[in-house]
Amino acid sequence: MKKSVFLGTLSAAALLAGVAGAGTLEDVKARGVLNCGSNVGLTGFGAPDANGEYQGFDVALCKAVAAAVLGDASKVKFVPLTGETRFTALASSEVDLLVRNSTWTFSRDVDLKFDVVATNYYDGQGFMVKKDLGVSSAKELDGATVCIQTGTTTELNLADFFKANNMTYTPVNVADDSEGQRQYLAGACDTYTTDASGLAASRATMPDADNHIILPEIISKEPLGPMVRHGDNVWGDVVRWTFFALIAAEEYGVNKANIEEVATTTTNPEIKRLLGTEGDLGAMLGLDKDWAKRAIAVSGNYGEIFEANIGSATPIKLARGLNALWTQGGLQYAPPFR
Amino acid sequence: MTFVSDAPKENFRLGMLIYDTRYRSLTIQVVVLVLFLLFLSWLVNNTIANLEAKDRTFDFGFLLNRAGYDINQRLVDYTNDSSHLRAGFIGLLNTLLAALVGCTIATVLGVFIGVLRLSKNWLVSRLMTVYVEVFRNVPVLLWILLAATILSETAPQPKDFRSTPEMEAAGEAPKASMLFGIIAVTNRGTVIPEPKFCLGREREACHTESLQPGSPEGGLGVIDLGIFKVSLNLLALLAVFGGSIFVNRRLVRQANATQEATGERPVIWWKSLAILTVPSMILLWVLGLHWVVPELKGFNFVGGINVAHSFTALTLALALYTAAFIAEIVRAGIQAISRGQSEAAAALGLRPGRTMNLVILPQALRVIIPPLISQYLNLTKNTSLAIAVSYMDLRGTLGGVTLNQTGKELECMLLMMGIYLTISLIISALMNMFNRAVRLKER
Amino acid sequence: MTNFTPFVRSEMIDPREPPSGQQGLVRWARENLFSSPANSVLTVLGGLAILWLLMGIVPWLMHSVWNAASLSECNAIIAQTWGPDATGACWAMVRERWHQYTYGFYPMDQYWRPNLAFVLMLVALAPVLFLSLPRKMMLFSLSFPFIAYWLLWGGTIWAPIVVALGFGVMALVFRFASPKLGVPVGAGVGLLAAAAWWLLVQTPLSTALHSAIPLGLREVDSDQFGGFLLSIVIGITAISASLPLGILLALGRQSDMLLVKSLSVGFIEFIRGVPLITLLFTASLLLQYFLPPETNFDIILRVIILVTLFAAAYIAEVIRGGLAALPRGQYEAADALGLDYWQAQRLIIMPQALKISIPGIVSSFIGLFKDTTLVAFVGLMDPLKGITAVVRADINWKGIYWEPYIFAGAIFFLICFGMSRYSMWLERKLKTDHR
Repeated sequence: MKKSVFLGTLSAAALLAGVAGAGTLEDVKARGVLNCGSNVGLTGFGAPDANGEYQGFDVALCKAVAAAVLGDASKVKFVPLTGETRFTALASSEVDLLVRNSTWTFSRDVDLKFDVVATNYYDGQGFMVKKDLGVSSAKELDGATVCIQTGTTTELNLADFFKANNMTYTPVNVADDSEGQRQYLAGACDTYTTDASGLAASRATMPDADNHIILPEIISKEPLGPMVRHGDNVWGDVVRWTFFALIAAEEYGVNKANIEEVATTTTNPEIKRLLGTEGDLGAMLGLDKDWAKRAIAVSGNYGEIFEANIGSATPIKLARGLNALWTQGGLQYAPPFR
Repeated sequence: MTFVSDAPKENFRLGMLIYDTRYRSLTIQVVVLVLFLLFLSWLVNNTIANLEAKDRTFDFGFLLNRAGYDINQRLVDYTNDSSHLRAGFIGLLNTLLAALVGCTIATVLGVFIGVLRLSKNWLVSRLMTVYVEVFRNVPVLLWILLAATILSETAPQPKDFRSTPEMEAAGEAPKASMLFGIIAVTNRGTVIPEPKFCLGREREACHTESLQPGSPEGGLGVIDLGIFKVSLNLLALLAVFGGSIFVNRRLVRQANATQEATGERPVIWWKSLAILTVPSMILLWVLGLHWVVPELKGFNFVGGINVAHSFTALTLALALYTAAFIAEIVRAGIQAISRGQSEAAAALGLRPGRTMNLVILPQALRVIIPPLISQYLNLTKNTSLAIAVSYMDLRGTLGGVTLNQTGKELECMLLMMGIYLTISLIISALMNMFNRAVRLKER
Repeated sequence: MTNFTPFVRSEMIDPREPPSGQQGLVRWARENLFSSPANSVLTVLGGLAILWLLMGIVPWLMHSVWNAASLSECNAIIAQTWGPDATGACWAMVRERWHQYTYGFYPMDQYWRPNLAFVLMLVALAPVLFLSLPRKMMLFSLSFPFIAYWLLWGGTIWAPIVVALGFGVMALVFRFASPKLGVPVGAGVGLLAAAAWWLLVQTPLSTALHSAIPLGLREVDSDQFGGFLLSIVIGITAISASLPLGILLALGRQSDMLLVKSLSVGFIEFIRGVPLITLLFTASLLLQYFLPPETNFDIILRVIILVTLFAAAYIAEVIRGGLAALPRGQYEAADALGLDYWQAQRLIIMPQALKISIPGIVSSFIGLFKDTTLVAFVGLMDPLKGITAVVRADINWKGIYWEPYIFAGAIFFLICFGMSRYSMWLERKLKTDHR
């Protein structure tokens, strides 16, 4: 038994895998597995199911990238990260890609040196209150007790919002979303604040959802998106354009069911370029011709992913809102594939 | 014929560094030192290389930047405009507060349970055995999480304390009432009375004002030391009480001298009591002590001090958990004293109370104190589990939000570990000093 | 002659029944529950406390639901069966997710591997824990780490075998070198030889052997470990790996060499002075700074290394206690026999000191095993918080609070209680040995 200390060091030596070269793309291809930083458990966005398979909105993007790069959506290793460990894990190359509803902010971009390659979910911080509190606007929350997750940008936004409106509040710090929901339901705080998507998800699962309202004020911009390390633009491009391929697919009506058919019958040159039947966009990225086709085939286009994980057909029932395509009044917009 | 002669004097050879026990220890130490220094420089080198690769710097300047986040429980002034350094300081104070309160409750409970476990009462001793086994064989993290859940799930909401005119008409009492009429346990926290001083002011006005949040303490006021404010009222009280203790000690010494000389001990307990309490009482009366009892106004209680449930859950769970260990220590300590000691004391004609005080306890303490120290240390270190209930302790502020917002993990972690190490070393040094004082002087 | 009839009782009368207050249950109660007014008060208070607890818990447990697909379904069943105000436990969650609490995300068709490893672990531990078993079983205990590694992580069987051969190389070199060079230098040379073996021979040899005789299991990544499997892996590895380290540290702390002593003391006091959670954060946040750039390995391995260091400091103190408990005469006797330091340690001091320390080591292990729950804070799937967070993220089980805690807590209690009973049994046994 004693000697297993050496076994530990040995397997350490055996696992010194990260003899990384210049680029993450080569690393991922060489390794054959995409390391994707994900949430330990956030309903609808990323959590393992009963079989231990990760499912969710953010997870689907990881799978799409794996399909584009490695040709197999199952070749993703999901690394569960907490609020504290996520950025370190990305900075130290423990993960290649962080899709863990992390907000794109100036300091994370410039000071922590990460690139948010796109915004896969436009969110904003909101407040949920019980109907019988008789509050209809966040401006009436003076003196309220507020449940707030620690270590997130929402904490800073909250302080700023109350300061700007010359109001006071008592924070009740909670560790995670389920804890926040429990405290709020138990009445430990007057209002629960987090990203509006999270509020909607929480409200959807409440037995008395009608007794809770989400206040109209959205007090912050929370563009959530996949993050990669600064300075590795090749890899950043791969992730960015994989995501845009999903958006473009929705725009052109390419979905999981009809993708093979569209690929053979379409006459639209942009769709042809996207699906690799024309041009060599894949080669420019350092991938093969079918990269986008594979990415879309995994769980469908952006709209399908949205609907399957957090959309109106799911218990979470999020509306598309800002995340609708630009053609339908939203902000999701893919630059041309040319 | 054989002669005993001295071993031949050998000249020094290089091999002797290994083979000769006289030099070997020196060799080993030099090798260890070299290896250690190599290891250290390897670490430092790697750190520098990594910092460069990540384009980061190693400096503590960020500690002076604006923190930007709020802390719901603080012992000294703090707003979100304060610096990260101050946030860390608040966290440190919160850690120390949790450790102090936790240790106190754990000691009281532990002694109580340890003694009851030895009780002849079958039911009670079994009950205490079950308590000890259940609490120490389950991770403390579970107790913290459970305590937090129980507190916020079972405590009443503030509005349950309200008694509306309709309810009064119907003769109903509010769903919840305050503990002893002064402490309100709600699911948002426990509100306890707060002392305020009304020196030289009208009582009613003083009361109304002290219900406002952030109202001054009154009385002699406070002096601002820059880092934190010191209450002059508290200082005055401490000074008076210290004086009382000094006088009382002289009184006891006199009584002892009388006993030595005449063999009779004068009855002094009521004098002691008077000396210890009366001056402080008078001072408090002069300052106009006024306990602000929390009152339900609007949706929340106003007045009083709000103790967050994260704090209560953490300290309570840590205290209950550690009490199980302390109970075992106390039981072992008492059992370690042989029966002969109490029989001898009885033979000397000591009454049971004095047997306990003069014979059993001093000896039991000698056995109890060293493991007790390590339990206090454990509890203090375990306060870092505040992370489970988001109590803003040192790890929550410096090692949590600050680290997360600034991304300075190296600086924050090193600083935090240094602080924890210092706390631990100070506690063990203090307790070792105490330990040395109570140790029986052996021949 | 007078008629004299002496009164001699030829048969005894049966003793009379004791008064009703002095027999049976009443007497027992009087002696044990109501012997004095204070005791009576305590009994009543204790009884009330038990009653209060039972009143709270029993109805909730009585209303347990074992078959449901979601929490809301559970609540509906409870409301339907026991009325709308009834509360009850929803054990259906445990029924659906028990495998995650036990194995984490370990592939389901491979569950036999951790199960087998667990059984083998008990076999391997037996000779360590029960001194009456044949000593030959220790050979299996020594090879168990390699077997367990292969079973749990899979891959080719040759990798652990070649690693084990490295230990053989080390032992061989040590045996030949130590009589000439002394134990410390011999050990150093042996370590160097083994390191050379592992670095240079390990990979080519195991690859060659594997291509010759491909024998292996499916590989399982360590990020699929979770639940009690993870706790046990971390706990057992750390405690067994920390034993040799702890012995060295304890000897170092008692050493006459100032430098060795101060380094040992410094290490022990540093580790014991900081909370485990900061060490875990070190594993997840800081190790990347201290290791050469671009090295990166498994978070579980990093955590195990840090937990091992943590345990080593505590084990060192336990063993130091064992060493201190040995009477001085033992050291002097060893000196008188002309044994050198290492011989004395190996033949006289350590066997006795370790035996005295086993209860302490077991309680260190209990503490460590409970502390493995803290790995949840660096994102690992411990049974208490990690897996529970996963379960609660499932929309079906969102809002379930008591059941996961009670379930995981009960299992922790069973394991730790069992071990502490063993430790007490051992302590009693060792005590009689010494009197």
